[in-house]
Amino acid sequence: MLVMKRMMIKYELLMVWMQEKHDSAGDYKDELNSYLDQSTPDPDIGVGTKLELPLWLAKYLHRDARGIVSVETPKTYREGYRQILAADPSVVDLHRLGPHFYLAGGKLAVLNLPDTQDVLKTLLQTFQGRFRQIMDGSQNALHTDLTNQVNMLDQSERKLFMAGQRGLLKFQSWESRESEKLSTSSVVLNQRKRKWVGPSKESSN
Amino acid sequence: MLAEKALDLVRELQRSLDGTLPPYNEDKIRQVLEEMQTLFDQNKDKAQFAAEGQTHLLSAIQLRHAAIRRNKRCLLAYLYNRLDQIKKMRWEYSSVLPSDVKYNMCEQEVQWFNQYNRLLANYMRTLGDNGGLDLTQDMKPPKALYVLVRCLVDHGEFETQDGTTILLKKNSQHYLMRAECENLIRQGILEHIVQ
Repeated sequence: MLVMKRMMIKYELLMVWMQEKHDSAGDYKDELNSYLDQSTPDPDIGVGTKLELPLWLAKYLHRDARGIVSVETPKTYREGYRQILAADPSVVDLHRLGPHFYLAGGKLAVLNLPDTQDVLKTLLQTFQGRFRQIMDGSQNALHTDLTNQVNMLDQSERKLFMAGQRGLLKFQSWESRESEKLSTSSVVLNQRKRKWVGPSKESSN
Repeated sequence: MLAEKALDLVRELQRSLDGTLPPYNEDKIRQVLEEMQTLFDQNKDKAQFAAEGQTHLLSAIQLRHAAIRRNKRCLLAYLYNRLDQIKKMRWEYSSVLPSDVKYNMCEQEVQWFNQYNRLLANYMRTLGDNGGLDLTQDMKPPKALYVLVRCLVDHGEFETQDGTTILLKKNSQHYLMRAECENLIRQGILEHIVQ
């Protein structure tokens, strides 16, 4: 859990449509002021406003105190897009639909929205449909030739792709006997490169 | 927007190239902590009223609390991943770090690194037969006992196990025992030559 922290936090910035709910006691003014909506001059946000909020905030406000917000599914997980994905998953540009499509969809499931089951099913089917191409691409061609394909993958698929590529590259280096050779670690090489850039920058100032 | 700065910290780490540690962003961290403190103080003031029955303040309090938790999580992720990076560096650089890498670490991180070194050394001493096994050696399975190396930079004198001193000048070739020069090869001072 802790190790994944860096990756997980990045994606949680997804926006979620929200609508504030009535409290059953009637007039219920929220003091959610200028933090959330910079555009309104009014310090309070009234009942019934629609806002875009980050996923972490929406999740928290939706769960504990149900009287604060209600949530709608984001656009890319709704019926329209679900049908597109069901039709042919492998041609869809998932990176455009949100670079963290799978992870965010998984997190949405916790919110218990009415169409959660459909969303989850769609995620699974999309992945199943695209997996074959990813595997093929990563094992048989180099990253540079496949930029078109890679650009259409979302973050988790890209990680998978890179893992496949690493396998391919290691195999190639084994074939060419390069794996026998002891070499400078990539860390040191990167650090050397940065260090070398330093002096030239200073001299140009 | 709430918790934006904390997210910046995490993004900064993601952007850094594999293996290089960006400088410890003390400023940003202090700002995030200040933000957390402000939110907490605001909450504390309002909490009193809320307890007396004004329920409409509850949502604002929840919001601020969520923001505080978010900031905390981002901070922890930042710190934890930095330490992870530093841990990996021990296995790349050996127990002494080059000074420009050390420059990017804060005081506590340097201390943590030293303690990790000590821990690792103690552990390695308990393995194996003759007083310990060096785990940072032989990262790839060895093929031969001696290796042919070429020197890439001037490194001065180097004393081998049997006492002979060798002068490591640029482009000079030597036939050395694998165990000794493995460290120098990893650091980029020597280059392994394969036929």
